[in-house]
Amino acid sequence: MLEVSGIDCFYGDVQVLRGLSLSLKTGEVLCLMGRNGAGKTTALKAIMGLVRARAGRIVLDGVDIGHLPAHEVPRQGIGYVPQGRRLFSELTVRENLLIGQMTRKTGPAALERAVHLFPVLKERMEQRSGTLSGGEQQMLAMARALCLEPKVLLLDEPTEGLMPSMIAAIRQSVIELKRHDVATILVEQRVDAVLPVADRVAFVENGTVRDTLPVEAVRADHGLIDRYVGVGH
Amino acid sequence: MTAAVLALMALGLSLVFGVMRVVNVAHGEFFMLGAVTAWAISHFVPGHPAVGFAAAFVGAPLVVGAVALGAERLVLRRLGHDPEATIVATIGLLFILQQLALTFFGPDARPVQAPFTYRVVFPWFGYSGYKLFVVAAAVALLVGAWFVLTRTKLGLVMRATQFDRETAQAFGIPVDTVYAAVFAVGAMLAAVAAVLIVPIQQAHYLMGLDPLLLSFIVVIIGGLGSLKGTMVAAVVIGLSDGVISVFFTPTLAKILGTLLVALVLVVKPGGLYGTAPR
Repeated sequence: MLEVSGIDCFYGDVQVLRGLSLSLKTGEVLCLMGRNGAGKTTALKAIMGLVRARAGRIVLDGVDIGHLPAHEVPRQGIGYVPQGRRLFSELTVRENLLIGQMTRKTGPAALERAVHLFPVLKERMEQRSGTLSGGEQQMLAMARALCLEPKVLLLDEPTEGLMPSMIAAIRQSVIELKRHDVATILVEQRVDAVLPVADRVAFVENGTVRDTLPVEAVRADHGLIDRYVGVGH
Repeated sequence: MTAAVLALMALGLSLVFGVMRVVNVAHGEFFMLGAVTAWAISHFVPGHPAVGFAAAFVGAPLVVGAVALGAERLVLRRLGHDPEATIVATIGLLFILQQLALTFFGPDARPVQAPFTYRVVFPWFGYSGYKLFVVAAAVALLVGAWFVLTRTKLGLVMRATQFDRETAQAFGIPVDTVYAAVFAVGAMLAAVAAVLIVPIQQAHYLMGLDPLLLSFIVVIIGGLGSLKGTMVAAVVIGLSDGVISVFFTPTLAKILGTLLVALVLVVKPGGLYGTAPR
């Protein structure tokens, strides 16, 4: 479904991704793990076209999306939940969701389905999104991305700074999406949040994927996590 | 009347800064270009002055919008809309437009005939019907702008781009196209303001400087990017500038306006209705 092959990305003269490759199948949850600065967020931005890959290919369902303008990439069916949520904080909850819905002109039913996953948003539709709690903001960020009915969802540290009940809700929504054949790339530092939902784990180090393993193999070998993520994960 | 026209012009400046974060120092020259083009169109369209005025009212904003679109494409986009670089670039644009107007239009002030000279007679005094028309037209345009910004999908796209350019792109918004459209619309608002005012003030190649200063005063006091703030500040500054200019001197009016800007920047840096910088 999604093939990323040997991409190089730079911020100015600094190379951040070095031949990074990964693949994703329909309905699969792939977790990217690695230390801060390893290149996980940049990998997601490169897929979204927000950071241009100077080499390599990014192909979604046979279409090379690596050369599309950034605003065309989500129209191919890729939803993005950025790190720190990046809501349009002065807009209401409804307006944020409408932005998601307008991306692929998916219609009101898509908005209804997204809100159905996070019912708390229904009571807050006219509230300014910047005034929501951290957990509610994360739910809105996910619902906004789901409004475009993505084939692939990119989640960048969705559990960052959330309390356990909110983390459980986010985890449940990823499981629900998987059931509907939505493939997900999940960037996470928290092992406990990842292992119950992931199918495979890709360990990113120094801008490249060092190892990609089934989640069972990761569960069995905690040394892997210590090596790639460090202690205190 | 000054307040209504000033609000239109300031709205253009505020829109461009609010969405693009570009301080358009050439905004006054788009106003001047609107007035000069209005003179040219009305001068060459034969028949009743109303016909020439109507042609100018439609044609001048289109011409100015096209010039702004060209400037955005050839200059601002190449600079990546960088806030500092675009200040310098728009200063350059200011001089280019001004000198082109001097070269082709000349140094003389030239009148445009009002479309009608009807005088509205109130019980105690009479008032120019055209000036009342200017107020009504400006208010109608401001209400239209408010409606588009707050009640339409186009306005939603513009506000989303204003808040977060990168995330807007991640949701399919063609940010470069939005920027080009906003820059053109901002310039067209200045041109409309000029067409409305030119039968009263005459077209002149240096006429953009005073309204530019007043527009900056308005958008800083009202809050950069805030439509409500722009309107409130335009009324306050427009009225006070007129009253102080009549009873004292225009220079004193500008001094007091600038002092008010300094006061607002100290007490409420975001302006009366502005949001804190992100």
